[in-house]
Amino acid sequence: MSLHSGKRLKGWALVPLAGGILGLCVLPFFVRAYLIEVVMMYFIYIILAQSYRLIVTVHDWQLYHVVLYGVGAYTSGMLAKSAGVPVFFAIPLGGLMAALVGVAITTPLLRTKGWGFYIATYGLAELIRLSWLKFRNPFGGSTGIIDIPWPPVVAGIDFSEGVPYYFFSLGVMLLVLYFLYRIEKSHLGDSFKAISMDPDLAASTGIHIPRHRLMACAIGGFFAGIAGGLLVHRLGAVDPKLFNLVTMLYLLIWVVVGGTKTFWGPIIGVSVMHTLFELSRPLIQVRPLFFGLSMTLVLIFMPGGIEGVLLKVVARWQKRNRLPTAET
Amino acid sequence: MSSQLFIQTVANAIAASGMLALIAVGLTLAFGVMQMANLAHGHFFMAGAYTVYALYALAGWPFWWAVAAAVAVGALLGLIVERGVFRPLQGDVVSGFIATAGLMFVFEVLVGEIWGWGLSRPIPSPYMRAFRFMGAAVAFQRVLVIPFAVVSIGGLMVFMRRFRLGRALRAVAQDPEAAALQGININRMTALALAIAGAYAGLAGGLMSTIYAVTPSLGGHIILPALIVVVVGGMGSIEGVTLAALIFGFVMTFVTTLVDGVTAVMVSVTVMALVLAIRPQGLMGRVVA
Repeated sequence: MSLHSGKRLKGWALVPLAGGILGLCVLPFFVRAYLIEVVMMYFIYIILAQSYRLIVTVHDWQLYHVVLYGVGAYTSGMLAKSAGVPVFFAIPLGGLMAALVGVAITTPLLRTKGWGFYIATYGLAELIRLSWLKFRNPFGGSTGIIDIPWPPVVAGIDFSEGVPYYFFSLGVMLLVLYFLYRIEKSHLGDSFKAISMDPDLAASTGIHIPRHRLMACAIGGFFAGIAGGLLVHRLGAVDPKLFNLVTMLYLLIWVVVGGTKTFWGPIIGVSVMHTLFELSRPLIQVRPLFFGLSMTLVLIFMPGGIEGVLLKVVARWQKRNRLPTAET
Repeated sequence: MSSQLFIQTVANAIAASGMLALIAVGLTLAFGVMQMANLAHGHFFMAGAYTVYALYALAGWPFWWAVAAAVAVGALLGLIVERGVFRPLQGDVVSGFIATAGLMFVFEVLVGEIWGWGLSRPIPSPYMRAFRFMGAAVAFQRVLVIPFAVVSIGGLMVFMRRFRLGRALRAVAQDPEAAALQGININRMTALALAIAGAYAGLAGGLMSTIYAVTPSLGGHIILPALIVVVVGGMGSIEGVTLAALIFGFVMTFVTTLVDGVTAVMVSVTVMALVLAIRPQGLMGRVVA
């Protein structure tokens, strides 16, 4: 397995990718309005899961990512509602705020390790989430904030409508995925992976581990905040319950079941698990049982997730055809 | 704060400390022996509470028999998690941690489906009497957990120091390979650690079931304070956990009484962050874990 894996996607991989994007572009003209809303949530969740994976590449499996998603949502919503900031500016500002909060949570606890770090950072993030619950005055308490402005009309296109917002969020998702893909394939991405493989060896080659962990946390937090901004200006409301541990567990389930080894794992995870989630609506009470069990069983019996199985299949296929082994 | 309320709050704080210590000591023991963090540990506590509900409130067993059954149920759940999740994932800390996060969902749904969602289950108090002390009344039922916490945690400390089996547990915690070379069966030790952890959480759940609102989400509520106690005490340290449980038992009870429960959690995590920023290994932890 080589750490440096080409800067570009190979020709054969571009075909299904282009096909997929084209499919997403024509989809809204053929389906009911409800389905458009459902697909939009996939875009938001893919941004969320993919930004989480960046942090996972430095091995910081933190449990506060959905709180940063919430910070993005609250910041963007409040800026647009109370300060009159245009929605398209409020969303990146929400991302910036989420990055800052992520760094603020992580910095004092960088010296803790392993699950001491996971628990401590989760605790601090819970402090933020509980302050939304506690302080009715800017944050609205348990009912949250309502009447958050919709996006405006730009160049004759009304972005508060379903289809234009669908394309807006699709565009944002593709842009975010492009950035994250470039980071993954850059020197920085290689440094991140080196840290997760062997921190001591990575440090001895001159990688400043605390700085890289903070960098991953800031970049991941920024994109999580963007996802929150996209969510809040579609829902028009936000409340603390959206960002609790249950949401975090679903995020973990997407990422673990999909796999985190390659860039495509979380996308597969969201696509498969969120589809099952939508299909199992009639079983709403017992649904968490199935999802929790699936994550536990995947970790025990299928550690690479769905992606790991696919990689094995591809490797076997290439071996049979005497092609060079798959790059991972 | 009147002196009556103060005395009652102190009594409640000691009881809360005892309960937190009973829960957290199992978490820290499991961490020490197999480097595994069990996010579903709060659900062992919940299982203890539901056992008492089912056997005492519904089936009419004597209270103490029901509590004994809660201890057994907790131990059994500990063994199941050890055998089913931790042992196959041994050495992979992150996977073990996340796998038990999945179990949180599983336990919650099972309990909800068996005994019903929604409102909390009422459990009649077996002891209606109260201590009278300087004009304050302290309900017997509320402080029932204190003697049990003192005896079981003191007993565990003695067990870890004086008994062969306890020393073997400590040996595995310090160096599993060297312990294996001494002829210690590591799998048996990790099973023992998880059984003790589950039993203690089950005991706490059983004793506190008459005080707490017993709902399927109880496990999820109790786990954060317990985890805070473990990381602040120093992972793997029973003494540290006991000290931290006392600190947070008082902090949480007093802030809850004076302000509200949400603020109590907020103050607790702030205290935790301050301690860990200065001492990343926790109050009595030897190594950064």
